[in-house]
Amino acid sequence: MTPSPTTTGPHPANPPARSTAAATPAVAVDRVSRSFAAVTALDDVSLTVARGESVGILGPNGAGKSTLLALLAGTRRPGRGSVRVLGGDPRDPATRRRLGCTPQQTGLPATLRVGEVVDLVAGHFPDPVPRGELLERFGLAELTRRQCGGLSGGQQRRLCVALAFAGRPDVVLLDEPTSGLDVTARRALWEAVRGFTAAGGTLLLSSHHLEEVEALSERVVVLGGGRVLADGPVADVRSRVALRRVRLRLPAGVPEPVGAAGAGTCVRDGERVELLVPDADGLVRDLVCRQVPFCDLEVSPASLEDAFLAITGAERGGRR
Amino acid sequence: MTAPTAPAATTAPLASGRRGASAARLTLLHARSQVLEALRVPVAVVGTTAFPALSLLFFVVSQPQIARDPALSTAAAAQLSVFAVMSVCLFTYGASTAEERALPWDAHLRTLPVGAGPRLGAKLLTGTAFGLLGLLPVVLLAAVLTEAALPVHRWLPSVAAVVAGALPVAVLGLAIGFSLSSRAALALAQVLLLPLAFAGGLFFPPAMFPAWLDAVSRWLPTRAARDLVVGAATGAPVPASTLPVLAGWTLLLAALAVAAQRRDEGRRFR
Repeated sequence: MTPSPTTTGPHPANPPARSTAAATPAVAVDRVSRSFAAVTALDDVSLTVARGESVGILGPNGAGKSTLLALLAGTRRPGRGSVRVLGGDPRDPATRRRLGCTPQQTGLPATLRVGEVVDLVAGHFPDPVPRGELLERFGLAELTRRQCGGLSGGQQRRLCVALAFAGRPDVVLLDEPTSGLDVTARRALWEAVRGFTAAGGTLLLSSHHLEEVEALSERVVVLGGGRVLADGPVADVRSRVALRRVRLRLPAGVPEPVGAAGAGTCVRDGERVELLVPDADGLVRDLVCRQVPFCDLEVSPASLEDAFLAITGAERGGRR
Repeated sequence: MTAPTAPAATTAPLASGRRGASAARLTLLHARSQVLEALRVPVAVVGTTAFPALSLLFFVVSQPQIARDPALSTAAAAQLSVFAVMSVCLFTYGASTAEERALPWDAHLRTLPVGAGPRLGAKLLTGTAFGLLGLLPVVLLAAVLTEAALPVHRWLPSVAAVVAGALPVAVLGLAIGFSLSSRAALALAQVLLLPLAFAGGLFFPPAMFPAWLDAVSRWLPTRAARDLVVGAATGAPVPASTLPVLAGWTLLLAALAVAAQRRDEGRRFR
């Protein structure tokens, strides 16, 4: 699985960054809302992705990631607002001719063979990647004759990602591409996807894992509760998302150090205090300098889930 | 669906792409996968072929007064053939769509550059193909165990009539499958099939109907299908209303099916 830009790169007839083409963004989501009965999946979301950009969409379960990707893939319609992919409506099949998507892993037709599934998907595009070449690239060449139901979880996952590239798309949407893969398989898959972005393809990737988004994207959009909570370069968002959990004991009457070193969320239960902070070292230094009488100090990395809750809480403060 | 407002630089490749993947080719592409999937589960194929054969044994072969009369048994076999192909189209390739579109793979197929036409067309194609396959045992049993006779020159018109007659029911199945959840779709298909088949004269010939039922029957797609197929198989006169009724129902129900398919967003969440 070595990257070769010619294989999975965008279609040569549709150069991603020509003067006129560049004027139309790859993805333009304008004030989109979508709800399912009582649940608001997306709430006034706007997002523009330029051609050749690689954007990670990060968020906890139920944040609206999958709904956003479904709107871009044309399988769902926005309740309000407009969704444009390469200037066209993704509900129009002609627009989807330049779009590549991954099926959910559990969804491959169990009785069809790997080669048959690739042929079915590739048959929809004017100039697909030859079957052997595509499967080779994703390490599936020996499995061509196997039925999809008989593949391992990792193999199914690789096939799903490979299908997104079958039609030499200009824009690729990957929904949790490597969930459930081991580290080696994950890195190999990232390598294959990087060939596409290196050749100028536009990538939108939803993920639970900051590491995955860092590996493939330069820009991160954090979704939570159906809204865009943060949008910026990976490094910026990382500092907001990569929080530390600091636990300590403070005697009664000593105020908790909210505000010190950016400490935001704080839970106090008697003497026990728990804080989520971007800079744990800074917080400890501050506590020591101010001679705060703390004890039982414990620092651990906060989960991404905690970080999302922290951001969500901060943004929503007044609404809840 | 209107053409996307693409900038000048990308219009040319888009246009050539449109020609590249024609609707007919996409229809065959989808039909091929559906046939492969069906053949990989042979029990399903046996099931569709067994049912009409059993119906013939119970309704026709067991009744000597029909089985010994060439005209009656040919007409009876023709009626049952219509019923057999219809039920395959209505259930296997119509209402079962409701089940399929809840699956993640169907969601993926909807992200591919293909519109309503080829996907519905492929289902009609596979439905009729397997429906006709299901007729083989009926035709063989009728030929061996009854006095039914189908001269060679009537084979092609009969098959064509069966296919044409099955169309409105097949698109009805698709309209139901794309509009309702899988349980509701199967229930509705079951509720519709037997009354439509009975009132259409697929179990008992319309000659046995009271006048009022015969009058109502002439407006039904099942009756039109029955008259067309019996006419093609036995040379009995086909009423003038048959073709307009068949075409009318087909167009109406096809419009419903296409609208339902376009509206479809897969699984519905509550």
